[in-house]
Amino acid sequence: MKARLKFSKTGSMRFIGHLDVMRYFQKAFRRAGIAISYSQGFSPHQLMSFASPLGIGLSSDAEYLDVVLEDEAQAKNFLSRINEVMNEEITVKDFMVLEEAAKTSMAVLAACDYLITVKPGKESFLTDTTKRTGALERFAARELVEILKKTKRSEKLVDIRENIYFLTDRQEAFEEFTGISYGELSIDTTEYIPVLYCQLTAGSVVNIKPELMLEALCGQEGEEYNWLSYQIHRLEMYADVTAKKGEVHTLHGEMPCRLVPLSNFGKREGVW
Amino acid sequence: MTPQERNRKLALSDEILLSIEKPARYIGGEINMVKKDPSKVEIRFCMCFPDVYEIGMSHLGIQILYDMFNQREDVYCERVYSPWVDLDSIMREQKIPLFALESQQPVKDFDFLGITLQYEMCYTNILQILDLSGIPLKAKDRTKEHPFVIGGGPCAYNPEPIADFFDIFYIGEGETVYDELLDACKDWKKSGASRMDFLKRAAQIEGLYIPQFYEVSYYEDGTIQEFVPVVKEAPEKIQKQVERDMSKTYYPEKPLVPYIKVTQDRVVLEIQRGCIRGCRFCQAGMLYRPIRPRNVEFLKQRAGAMLQATGHDEISLSSLSSSDYKELPELVYWLIENFQEKGVNISLPSLRIDAFALDVMSKIQDIRKSSLTFAPEAGSQRMRNVINKGLTEEVILKGAKDAFLSGWNRVKLYFMLGLPGETEEDIAQIAVLSDKIAREYYEVPKEQRNGKVNIVTSTSIFVPKPFTPFQWSPMVSKEEAREKRFFLLDEIKAQRNAKSIKYNCHDADVSELEGIFARGDRKLCDVILQAYGSGCIYDAWSEYFQYDKWAEAFSEHQVEMDFYIKRERREDEIFPWDFIDIGVSKAFLLREYHQAKKEQVTPNCRAKCAGCGAAKFGCDVCMEVREGGEKE
Repeated sequence: MKARLKFSKTGSMRFIGHLDVMRYFQKAFRRAGIAISYSQGFSPHQLMSFASPLGIGLSSDAEYLDVVLEDEAQAKNFLSRINEVMNEEITVKDFMVLEEAAKTSMAVLAACDYLITVKPGKESFLTDTTKRTGALERFAARELVEILKKTKRSEKLVDIRENIYFLTDRQEAFEEFTGISYGELSIDTTEYIPVLYCQLTAGSVVNIKPELMLEALCGQEGEEYNWLSYQIHRLEMYADVTAKKGEVHTLHGEMPCRLVPLSNFGKREGVW
Repeated sequence: MTPQERNRKLALSDEILLSIEKPARYIGGEINMVKKDPSKVEIRFCMCFPDVYEIGMSHLGIQILYDMFNQREDVYCERVYSPWVDLDSIMREQKIPLFALESQQPVKDFDFLGITLQYEMCYTNILQILDLSGIPLKAKDRTKEHPFVIGGGPCAYNPEPIADFFDIFYIGEGETVYDELLDACKDWKKSGASRMDFLKRAAQIEGLYIPQFYEVSYYEDGTIQEFVPVVKEAPEKIQKQVERDMSKTYYPEKPLVPYIKVTQDRVVLEIQRGCIRGCRFCQAGMLYRPIRPRNVEFLKQRAGAMLQATGHDEISLSSLSSSDYKELPELVYWLIENFQEKGVNISLPSLRIDAFALDVMSKIQDIRKSSLTFAPEAGSQRMRNVINKGLTEEVILKGAKDAFLSGWNRVKLYFMLGLPGETEEDIAQIAVLSDKIAREYYEVPKEQRNGKVNIVTSTSIFVPKPFTPFQWSPMVSKEEAREKRFFLLDEIKAQRNAKSIKYNCHDADVSELEGIFARGDRKLCDVILQAYGSGCIYDAWSEYFQYDKWAEAFSEHQVEMDFYIKRERREDEIFPWDFIDIGVSKAFLLREYHQAKKEQVTPNCRAKCAGCGAAKFGCDVCMEVREGGEKE
């Protein structure tokens, strides 16, 4: 039986890498007595996949993990069972049982929401309301947002203008745009000063890191981009229900994407 | 829960954590980590393994003691490991004091810093820990403001090369007198008495050695003339501590589960302590006498509890010689029956290859991927008699043949080079035995074989250790060791199945230094201090080992390396470790040394009591009626 977990990752767990989070969940399922199906073949492993690896240092309120459960009994009281054996800085917030035909979150991922904050004790022009407003206005007026994409073999300039679906410094405006109320976040917004909210293209074909957009914004203002000054926090992940495999439809393109949060698939316990 | 309550405060800034390798080494917060309010306990104990996190977290002893200490409400036991070289330089540059993983608070504010001494090559790392903590390196320079630095573990059985750096050494197994020490510390803290007063009180607890209360004088040739206590509280002999009932003692039910992959990423179940075999090169075999098995029901309960509490998918049985655990089949089949279906792997090191072993291995391993392991230790039967290794060629070849018939085709062989009285013929026999095993494989009918045979022959350099019959023996120099390796390599190349045999060997420079420290004395303290000062650290890691700097430190302090390794010691010589009573007597060890020279074997403890002296602890095999009986 396919199922999907949504979890947060904050505090000291920001320093645990993606592969270690995978191992962490494998052990957590065992501690909770939740049986995950194993793959067939030469070296069997638990059937589980993440929507999108979170870089070391980033935090999140919306990570997604898809698993295959041995049977329906495993779904009962899932949230309380798993959270009992979890570290407080990784908490499972939601659990959905998926249809058998459901594609993995990794396959359908199309966009992500991010909150960009300034770390305690760090300085940034973005904490200055006037400078920030001006910067966002100038950014919105640009026809091109070119960034330097580095691969192992080459460097090339890429325009990411159409991959930035929304960028604002106001939470209400962002919530109105996405239609989501983010509620209480696991990041401490009294210490970490929220400055920007954005929605960007994500997925296996095109994936725009919020750091790249932030660097472009800093560059535009002639400000130095110091990556250590900012804490980036993932707020949500979406699938595009119009896209077929390998296709990327942007929000304002000819065939606009229709984004649905990954937690809106399947059924929750009590509902089914 | 609010973010403030949820998110732990860390000692290192995000900047630092994001600029170093594996930041998870320094954040703590592992599953089953004990959380207490440091301000609400009376004693803060920081337990240290002086090597990198992945090594330290794999150590069973710390897991046992961590659990034991934290069962006391008045004690908070935390952990610290050696910062890796990248963080080391940042901490020095920014003057960040070394901190414990649990509370992320400085080690220097603790009451105790307990350092486990598992191998000699960690000695400079001990100085790194002290240095980064801001604790004076030498015990005599410490004040009431500093923690008591206490050492334990196998290298504490000859603590003299690092005597200056420790306030206390705990000689023996940790389960016995720590409570007494902690209670004494509570009383002392209330009393307002001096640091020295506390050490004098500690000296009266059995098993505790306070090096500054002893004075050593030397003969002109450098050997010890006298080793005497200089305060009335310090006993002449220190009694090794032994946990007598292994089934009614501390053993964690909820071991820590690290986030990053560590060396021993599994549940470890110590099925017994001690060994009956009496191999003459083996220090553990003498130190942990007598053998003390744990009750099989106790083990089943703990195995289940630990797998449940950790979520590990592997359990490893630990002991010096698993095959000597009488209920091994019962335990192993129980584990297979109860956990194999849940995807739990079972690993069984130190297993003698016999019908039971092959049956178990075929159930728990993939034959195509796993290998058979034999540790004949010496190539010739003559040499195996010298070292009292009761494994015969016949047994090895029979085991190998049975395994080949069941489908195995990989064999690992472990030998030592530089054993006492070793001849070229003894070395050549290593190659011959490796080849005979390959030939055995090709005796198997072709249709039953699984491709080619693959033999890996490994040698390490024999290092004579204190409290073994070879404590009087010279050790080979690194030049001799190199010659022996080349000789063996040529011999292997000359074998018929040379192409099936791969040869691995151990670094001789490191072995030489290990040999010096193993049987060293107090004169080495300053050498170690100097080597550390000139940049030596992580000596157990070949990429950081700097032989030249060590050689320089020795010559600067006019300490001869050869004195410690090259000579055969006099039978009446006073050894630096003679003040420790491990139960096994020096007379027995000497008798065994003579037996070795005569190539005579001594039967194992269950077959016949050899009168080693460990019977004074009054447990297990020593209490059974056997041929021989008491001799001392």
